[in-house]
Amino acid sequence: MNKKATRDSFGEALAQLALENENVVALSADLTGSARTAQFKEVAPERHFNLGIAEANMISVAAGMAANGKISFASSFAMFASGRAYDQVRNMVGYPHLNVKICASHSGLSAVENGATHQALEDIALMRAVPGMTVIQPCDDRETRQAIRTVSEYEGPVYVRLSREPVEEINDESYHFEIGRGVIIHEGSSPIAMFATGCLVQQSLKALKLLKQQGIDPTLINIHTIKPIDEELIVRYAGESDFIVSLEEHSVMGGLGSAIAEVTASRCPVRQLFIGTQDVYGESGRFDQLLEKYGLSAEKIAERIVEFAGK
Amino acid sequence: MESRERHALNMRRNILKMIHRAQSGHPGGSLSCTDILTALYFGIMNINEDNLNDVQRDKLILSKGHASAALYAALAEKGFISEEELMSYSRIGSRLQGHPNMNELGGVDMSTGSLGMGLSAAVGMCLANKLDGNDFRTYVICGDGELQEGQIWEAAMAAGYYRLDNLLLFVDHNGLQGDGCISEVMNIESIGAKFAAFNWNVLSCDGHDIDVLIEVARYAASCKTMPTVIIAETVKGKGVSFMEDQPDWHGKAPNDEQLAQALAELGGDSDE
Repeated sequence: MNKKATRDSFGEALAQLALENENVVALSADLTGSARTAQFKEVAPERHFNLGIAEANMISVAAGMAANGKISFASSFAMFASGRAYDQVRNMVGYPHLNVKICASHSGLSAVENGATHQALEDIALMRAVPGMTVIQPCDDRETRQAIRTVSEYEGPVYVRLSREPVEEINDESYHFEIGRGVIIHEGSSPIAMFATGCLVQQSLKALKLLKQQGIDPTLINIHTIKPIDEELIVRYAGESDFIVSLEEHSVMGGLGSAIAEVTASRCPVRQLFIGTQDVYGESGRFDQLLEKYGLSAEKIAERIVEFAGK
Repeated sequence: MESRERHALNMRRNILKMIHRAQSGHPGGSLSCTDILTALYFGIMNINEDNLNDVQRDKLILSKGHASAALYAALAEKGFISEEELMSYSRIGSRLQGHPNMNELGGVDMSTGSLGMGLSAAVGMCLANKLDGNDFRTYVICGDGELQEGQIWEAAMAAGYYRLDNLLLFVDHNGLQGDGCISEVMNIESIGAKFAAFNWNVLSCDGHDIDVLIEVARYAASCKTMPTVIIAETVKGKGVSFMEDQPDWHGKAPNDEQLAQALAELGGDSDE
C-alpha cells in the first residue's frame, strides 16, 4: 500500500486552495521545503511569505494579515510553532480569535534523527489550553486533505498537527471529515474502547490484529479533533467499556488522554490506560525504533493492553 | 487653544481620571504618547464612524498596550465611545480592558499587551494591503523600552526586506521603563542607526508638538520603498509636574489628592 506523510497531503491541499481562494496566504519560517508550503509557493508565489528564521514574527504577521481579512496558513515544525511562538499564538491569535491556521509539521517523534530539541511532545497540551483554539491531528492522506479544506472554511484559529512520517491510507472513499466528530474505525466485540489520534491510529489498527490472536477485540476510534473533543462519542463508548485506552504520539500529560479523562471523569468514570510518552524527552533514531522504545509501536500497544486487561 | 490641543488636553484629563477610578493603569507612558495619538486620530489617519468597522482602512496598533488608557481616551475624543464608558476602564465586565482587545471594542485594531508583537502584526497588515492593491496605511506606536524585545527586530528586518512604505512606526522615546532609565536597565541606543541598518527611513521630531508630528508623518508618506520610523522625543508623564520623567509613575495610579493636583495643573474645565 502507498504510504504518505500528512505533511505532504497538507502541502498538496494547500496548493489546491491557493488556486481556488485568493484570500488564502501561506507563511513559512525557512522551512518552506520541509513544512511543505513549497507547492503553494509554486502556484501562488505572490501570496507566499518566507519570514526567515523568526517564528514569533511569523505568527504575529499571520495575525496581522488575518485581521485584514486574509486566511493565514502559517507553517513550521510543531516544536517552534507551538513552543517558541506560544506567547504570540496565545495573545495575538487566540485572544483576538483571528483566522490563523497553524500547520505544524514534524510533530511528536516524527522529527526522528533531529532528536529531542525538534520533537514536540507537548504541543497538543499547549495549544489545547489556548481558549478558542481548535486542535486537529489527521491520521492519513484523505483526512488531511479534507481537514485542510474544512479549516480554510472555518472562521477562527486552528492548530493542525502534521507528521513527516509516511502512513498508510486508513479512511476509504466514503470518508467525510467534520471538525469535532470522532470516527469509528473498528467496532469490536470486547468491552474495551481505544481512542487514537494521528500516526497512532495506524499503529492501533495493527495492534488490533495482534490482540485478535489473543481473543481481545477492542473498538478503535479515531479522534482527529482533540479540541473541541467528541464528548458524546467518548461517553457512549466509555460507558460500555471495562476500560478505555488513549493513544497519542505525545506526552500523556495534557494531550488526548487528558482531554478524554476530562470528559469521562465527570460523566462516566472508567479506568483508562494512557499510551503516550511518559514525561520524557525523545531522542535521535528511526521512527520505528522510537515508537518501539517509547512504547508506541503496535506490539507495545498490544502488550500493554493485554497487561492492563489482566489487572 | 487649537482644537487638537484641546483634544489632547481632554485626553490627558480622561487618562488620569480613568486610572484614578480604576486604581490601576500606566499613567506615565499614556501621557507620553497622548500627543502622538492626537496627531494620528485628528490629522493623520482616515478613520471615522462610517469606516470604523471596516476590515480594511488605515489602522493603528498600540504595541505598547499598557498605554491603553490613552487609546481609549482618543477613541472617546473621536466619539466612538462615551466618556461615561471610559470610567469603566479595567473594571469587571468592561470592554476597556487593562490591555486592549480588538474583539471587544471597535477602533482597537489589534489586541496587544505582551510587548514586542505589534510591529509584526503591522507587517502582516501592510503585506495584506499591498496584496489587495489598496493604499491604506498602518501605524504603530512602540515604547522605547519595548525595543528591548527581540521580536521587534525580527519585524524590523521583515518590514525593511518587504519595503513596506505603507508602514509608519512611532517610537515613544521617553527614555524610561518600568525599572528605571532605559540607558541603565538595558541600553537600546542608537535606535535610529538600528532601524537604518534594517533599511528603514529614520526621522525624528518633538513628540509633543502635534502639528509637527502631522507634518513629519505626511513627509514619511512620501518616502517610497522603505518603512519609516519617527523617533518621537517625549517626556514620560507629560503634562503633570510630579509625574514628568519619574519612572515611579510607570504603573501607578494617583490618589484623590494627586488627581486633583494633576487636573488643576492641566487646566480646562474645572468640573471635578
